[in-house]
Amino acid sequence: MRALATVCCKVAAAGLLASATLIAAGCGGDSEKTPREVVLLTHDSFAVSKPVRRAFERETGLKLRVLQAGDANETLNRALLTAGDPQGDVIFGIDDSVLSRALDGDLLEEYRSDELESVAPDFSSPDPHVTPIDHGEVCLNVDRAWFETRKLAPPTDLADLILHRHRNLLVVENPATSSPGLAFLLSTIAAFGEPRWEGFWRGLRANGVLVVDGWEEAYTQQFSGAAGSPGKRPIVVSYATSPAAEVIFASKPLTQAPTAAIEDGCYRQVEYAGILRGAAHQEGARKLIDFMLSERFQADVPGSMFVYPVRKGVPLPAAFTKHAIVPAAPLQLPAAEVDANRDRWVARWTEIVVR
Amino acid sequence: MDRDRRALAAGAAIAALPLTYLAVFFGWPLVAILKRSLVVDGTLDLPLDVLTRGSTREIAWFTLWQATASTALTLAAGLPLAWALSRFRFRGRSVVEALVLVPFVLPTVVVGTAFLALLPDRLERSVWAILLAHVFFNVAVVVRVVGAFWSGLDSRLWDAAATLGASPLERHRAVTLPLLAPALASAASIVFLFCFTSFGVIVVLGGVRYATLETEIYNQAARLFDLRTAATLALIQLAAVALTVLVSGRLERRLGGARRTGRPALRPSGRERLAVAAVVGAGLGLLALPPAALVVRSLRVGDGYGLDHFRTLAEETPALLVVPWHAIVNSLLFASWATAIALAVGIPAAVAVVQRRRGLDVLLMLPLGASAVMLGYGYLLAFDDPPLDLRSSPAIVPLVQALVALPFVVRSLVPPLRAADVRLREAAAVLGATRGQIRREIDLPLLARPLAVAAGLAFAVSLGEFGATVFVARADRPTVPVAIFRFLSRPGAENVGAAMALCVVLMGLVAAVALVSERALVRERPR
Repeated sequence: MRALATVCCKVAAAGLLASATLIAAGCGGDSEKTPREVVLLTHDSFAVSKPVRRAFERETGLKLRVLQAGDANETLNRALLTAGDPQGDVIFGIDDSVLSRALDGDLLEEYRSDELESVAPDFSSPDPHVTPIDHGEVCLNVDRAWFETRKLAPPTDLADLILHRHRNLLVVENPATSSPGLAFLLSTIAAFGEPRWEGFWRGLRANGVLVVDGWEEAYTQQFSGAAGSPGKRPIVVSYATSPAAEVIFASKPLTQAPTAAIEDGCYRQVEYAGILRGAAHQEGARKLIDFMLSERFQADVPGSMFVYPVRKGVPLPAAFTKHAIVPAAPLQLPAAEVDANRDRWVARWTEIVVR
Repeated sequence: MDRDRRALAAGAAIAALPLTYLAVFFGWPLVAILKRSLVVDGTLDLPLDVLTRGSTREIAWFTLWQATASTALTLAAGLPLAWALSRFRFRGRSVVEALVLVPFVLPTVVVGTAFLALLPDRLERSVWAILLAHVFFNVAVVVRVVGAFWSGLDSRLWDAAATLGASPLERHRAVTLPLLAPALASAASIVFLFCFTSFGVIVVLGGVRYATLETEIYNQAARLFDLRTAATLALIQLAAVALTVLVSGRLERRLGGARRTGRPALRPSGRERLAVAAVVGAGLGLLALPPAALVVRSLRVGDGYGLDHFRTLAEETPALLVVPWHAIVNSLLFASWATAIALAVGIPAAVAVVQRRRGLDVLLMLPLGASAVMLGYGYLLAFDDPPLDLRSSPAIVPLVQALVALPFVVRSLVPPLRAADVRLREAAAVLGATRGQIRREIDLPLLARPLAVAAGLAFAVSLGEFGATVFVARADRPTVPVAIFRFLSRPGAENVGAAMALCVVLMGLVAAVALVSERALVRERPR
């Protein structure tokens, strides 16, 4: 056993040395870059095309590093956990449904970008700590072919969903665990008011609504309209831009989207960015927020993240004007009301739909 | 006296490295997050109300019983395969052994998806789907851990029983099972812990109806940001894991003591051939189905088939900040480092455990019981200052993966180490062999196979690790499972196709690595 132990000690020493080198390499690499780097803490859906990113780096001389931390809610929670000693300089992806938590958490520095002048009045900032960057709408999506082959009319508004002919056709996300799921619950509350929304959901349950954990499961596994999906349900809660995504990412060129977004019942979410309190690089953070409102970044937003720009007069790519919709009068609830009631609503929803 | 003290000092030195590693990369972050969650204004806020909540009891009970059932089923499914693969030599055996490892590294999201595609509607989102998926995942553990031990079992008892007229079944019951007991306890404890802390499978296949402690911790911490409840549940889970390890360790020791002389595998003869063929055939059939479904999906392009999705791995995509194939390079690099670290820490740890440092045994298994999200939060709080400013360093990925791989290294090495026959070494010494010769001729050959198993498992676990990696990996250095997850969270056939193609690449990598490690390290001598 002793001989064995000696061998082990040698192996172990080598390993320890190796890990020490690894750590040193990791730390060394970082400390060199720190002053010339701006770090963006954001959710997994963040994306920016390479030329746009390069333009930022060229114009400012700063390197943009992106740190992704799960969905919008998880990203905010991570920022709250490290408030005052943040992992990045800017946080992006705070939406209305969590905005008041971010503001209450003393997470952000005040900043008013000059570029705010160019933002459409619908999206003006509700608080000097945050800057609006984009908006997206959560809408019902339907599988066109499914309804066409059966010669059935797809639903045109929320109330249609409880009709008997739409029995067992709808899949939604759990509002307790999913951001579009929460948006859809809020849309029903905005549309029907309290307490009538509860009756609507009882109706949905009786009509065979399927609840899944997250958007991926709902859209790519249960919804029949998504390309390559084994799903059997032709109505899903997704986004206004999902039909455009189906066309852009189709394996063969398509002239018509296989799915369509339903205008009625769409719920609008605005996404904000803010400078994290205690950020190592305040100046870079301000430059990044200015850049995110610039024409170039705003024009890149639909193609990269499948949401719409907040800046006035930014043209949309053809796939979006042709296949997606920009709801004219989307539903919305005030951020403060959402925050005050969210937990109660979700708990009530859970009792009605899941239990 | 002096010798005893020296031996004691040597023992302590061996345990020092694993202990330091655990203290820095497990203990410290865990304490940091628990302190943040449970200490309010300097006083400990004991969350007794969380403990007595009905929902907590419900979740704990479901976690316990599904883990128990999954473990029993996995043992039942894995033992025949372990028998066929460890006792017999046949063409393609190493390929089969490599294939068995594949399910183990598949991201749970992907396997969940494959199961959803395969199972009939009424079994989807049922407990059965969860149990089946757990068996699929963990069969590799039983085959590897039990198999490595089985191939070294003294066959003379078995032969003697045969001479006395016992049938093969009787011989298995009366001879093999008792001899295998330590390895069985070892494998069962790993499988149980894995199922007990299962996350991806429950989320995908359990839907909204089923919650385990691990999924609820995630829910409370990452989504609801109720750190107090999350920390309480995390402590319950840790305690359960520690208890399991203590019990299984005791079982293993009480049952241990089988002598190992090693017997080269034989070619199956007569009825054995039939049995081996049946077991291997059935096992492969069960294990190959979900991966086969993935391969088919990765090749499906529109209405036909083609390699388009594999080609897109070399093109830029909005889903990732890098070209997808970089993820493959990252994964290989990270997993190699993680394996090196896990072996460097795990080998001395296994030796120390065998030298009756039982506390260490429990400690080493604890990372399996720690929730990935709480550990991830702990890393954010603990490693924010130099010299260990690791929050945004790429080095953190292999360090975390090694933590998860460590228990596998230790579990694969402890039973063979414990059973190593001291007399062989003593005999060699009496015959005049030098220490170097003993190491070369006896220790290394005896341990070569378990070491290969340990390295292979560590590599596979690191390659497939998702829960903790996704938390610490930088967006510009994604691993393959992280990249798959990113692709799956975007709409469109291209993205799903790319995810499936990456799954296939991941499966191929693991199978290749398992094959190579086996070939390189185990050169069975011809009789």
